[in-house]
Amino acid sequence: MSSVPASAFLALALILFCIGLYGALTKRNTVIVLISIELMLNAVNINLVTFSKYGMAPSITGQIFALFAISVAAAEAAVGLAILISLYRGRKTVNIDEMDTMKN
Amino acid sequence: MTFSGEFLAFMGLALVAIIGGVLLLNLTKVVHMVVSLIFTFVAIAGIYVVLSAEFVAAVQILIYSGAITIIMLFGIMLTKHHDEHEPKTGKWRKILVFLGVVGFAFAVYLGIYDFNIEQVPTTLHENNTMQIGKALYSKYIIPFELTSVLLLVALVGSIILAKNEKKEADDK
Repeated sequence: MSSVPASAFLALALILFCIGLYGALTKRNTVIVLISIELMLNAVNINLVTFSKYGMAPSITGQIFALFAISVAAAEAAVGLAILISLYRGRKTVNIDEMDTMKN
Repeated sequence: MTFSGEFLAFMGLALVAIIGGVLLLNLTKVVHMVVSLIFTFVAIAGIYVVLSAEFVAAVQILIYSGAITIIMLFGIMLTKHHDEHEPKTGKWRKILVFLGVVGFAFAVYLGIYDFNIEQVPTTLHENNTMQIGKALYSKYIIPFELTSVLLLVALVGSIILAKNEKKEADDK
């Protein structure tokens, strides 16, 4: 069978997820925050595809759910970018810590 | 663990993916960050091939390293950002977030490091696309159709969101 253990794939997904999480929480540019969220979604897709091959009952279902997750992520990126552009028209900034209208 | 071709391919692809992610965190220019993310996305497509999911790999290259990256580059282009990404976030906050993320990673790693269930032989690599098509159009037909509604809503919603302001300006 396969020579790479399943935990190696899970560990790779974990590392990518943590990089995405750190980027989403510390970066100031909204575009980079959005793309970090895409990275986190990608890490989750790796887990889904891994379990479709290595799980208790391997089947094609994991890959199909990865495809659904990819399409939802694409829609999310488009809507997020539209919100970013409409915010930029009003505030003239893309820094995420200056978007604090609801604070005061 | 032997040094088979699969193992070498996995190690190389994982290394490229992680280096792309680390470059995303450390580069200073926004465009460079997005370009470094392309490396990660392509490497993840390779990981999918190792996991015998060729169709998902093709979709990954088309959607992520094609469409989403271009969309993000358009977003950078249309908004005038200061080219240098000045690190103005507080140092303490960064340290706290880093500690939190490391703690989270450690907690999850404790759960997965000895994950080892016996492997069952699969037929995922034979006619992968045909299997996906059959399952998608028989068992998962309703989620598939709902996805088309979701994409339509996202399309209309993003056009309205991005257009709204301009129309009001024209009315004035």
